[in-house]
Amino acid sequence: MRDAFVKTLLEIAKKDKNVYIITGDLGFDVLKPFWECLPDQIINAGIAEQNMTSIAAGLAKQGKTVFTYSIGNFSTLRCIEQIRNDCAYHGANVKVVCVGGGFVYGPLGMSHHATEDIAIMRALPDVTVLSPGDLVEAEQATRAIYEHPGTCYLRLGRGGEKRIHQKIENFTIGKAIRITEGKNVVIFSTGAIFDEVQEAYEILKKEGLMPTIYTFPTVKPIDKETISACAKTHKTILTVEEHNLSGGFGSAVAEVLAELDGEKAKLIRIGLEDKYSSIVGSQKYLRKHYLMDASVIVKKVKENW
Amino acid sequence: MNSEQLAWLIRRHGVEMTHISHGSHIGSVLSVADIVAVLYNDVANISPKNLNDENRDRVILSKGHAGAAIYAALAEKGFFDKAELKTHYADGSRFSGHVSHKNIPGVEFSTGSLGHGGCVAAGMALNAKLDKKPYYTYAILGDGECDEGSVWEMALFANHFKLNQLVIIIDHNKMQSLDFCEKTLSLSPFAEKWKAFGWNVFDIDGHSHAQLKEALEEAKRVVDKPTVIIANTIKGKGVSFMEQDILWHYRFPHEGEEYDGAVKELNLARPNGVLDPYMEESK
Repeated sequence: MRDAFVKTLLEIAKKDKNVYIITGDLGFDVLKPFWECLPDQIINAGIAEQNMTSIAAGLAKQGKTVFTYSIGNFSTLRCIEQIRNDCAYHGANVKVVCVGGGFVYGPLGMSHHATEDIAIMRALPDVTVLSPGDLVEAEQATRAIYEHPGTCYLRLGRGGEKRIHQKIENFTIGKAIRITEGKNVVIFSTGAIFDEVQEAYEILKKEGLMPTIYTFPTVKPIDKETISACAKTHKTILTVEEHNLSGGFGSAVAEVLAELDGEKAKLIRIGLEDKYSSIVGSQKYLRKHYLMDASVIVKKVKENW
Repeated sequence: MNSEQLAWLIRRHGVEMTHISHGSHIGSVLSVADIVAVLYNDVANISPKNLNDENRDRVILSKGHAGAAIYAALAEKGFFDKAELKTHYADGSRFSGHVSHKNIPGVEFSTGSLGHGGCVAAGMALNAKLDKKPYYTYAILGDGECDEGSVWEMALFANHFKLNQLVIIIDHNKMQSLDFCEKTLSLSPFAEKWKAFGWNVFDIDGHSHAQLKEALEEAKRVVDKPTVIIANTIKGKGVSFMEQDILWHYRFPHEGEEYDGAVKELNLARPNGVLDPYMEESK
């Protein structure tokens, strides 16, 4: 997914000399193609994310489109006030990019688990939040935020995610994408954890259970229309995110659902239950340990069929 | 108008604005007044007519709490109506205590949380360098602000990228929110720190317009490094009972002897050719 991002951004930046990437000294292999091809459009700000983000705001206010790049929480939480005051309040064309949403860097420990970023970023006015689920969504999301004025956040996985789409027609910020059309239960998924949803779907299908599935490449603005429609046509909405349940994607869905009138679907949220992980492990291991893997999704779908 | 006249008007407006609004930071407004006046009157190429000119100079007040000084300078330079200064801090006003750019012509960037404005200025100066534009970016920082780590991130960055069109002016009034800087987090040796970071350093009297102008002029002759001007100032400068008294970081000039005394003292030092805008009004 990160490679798809860099490849796409490189294509964009070749055509638009006003596009810059500024990294907080990370992206050793990942940014290499960009560095080799467009050395004048990439800046290493050093391990100094606050300054990096303000520099990006300063450049953006002079007409550039600037992508800030780091991993885990470094491009977001470490410099959240710079994003709020310098970027968002000023409508600066800064695109904050994080590689490693969720437990991508599972073995590296709690500092590197990005599990509150969606909640924090979506709390900021004038920040558009995207969390693509595969490399096709990552590519489309990269193009979309480049074209979208103002401050955006792009939460990426790492690499090796399974492909969801062959291609996407009419990718639009704020629109969910339907993957399957089923009944009873609808699964809303954001980000790379779609792998688990897909695995769950294969298991369920063999048992004759076909839920509806949507992927949400955009968390803010949330697709109210899809949520409202599904709430009327399905018994249960199941949200899946590799993120804390407090304030995250499931919460965004809950906010819409809570304000709907009349009969509506029940909501079940799968995600991290308001804790930090003090154990380490692969992304797959931690998803299982924290009850957000395919087996949990299968169980919840069955319980609510 | 000359810079001495503008500096006096900034001080006079500052006293009036904080008096009316019961607002804070008059001590900072008085210490930074000369720096702001010299920049807007004589150095920075900014006027109401060139706000959209990409070659205009940029000024950022990073110590946003002295915003009243910027508003006063801009009003005096014709960016908006002086009568609007009275809405500082008021309900529904856009003139926030910490400087804001929203719907206020001439304010380049909003600040208030310390340690941001210098970094943004470095971004603007980097832009000038990348695009080979002639403009300079000036950022006014507080000395207490230099407690913020981001200031030193910026100091490393601006040196590394040789941002010679970046000029940081530090209003070194030696005091911060609760106490003297030296009693809070010692900055000394201050100039040496900046020199060690690779900067071109001026250590001058921040109330001397001649020294400010000379340093700002000389900064333009430096081609390979950023400049910092440590402008040694007195917090509360111009109103004797406010000078170097930490009380006046937050206290506003109250009705009676505080306000009257401040106005009287300022008027005793009023430069030729300037009228007290508020005395006139009362007549």
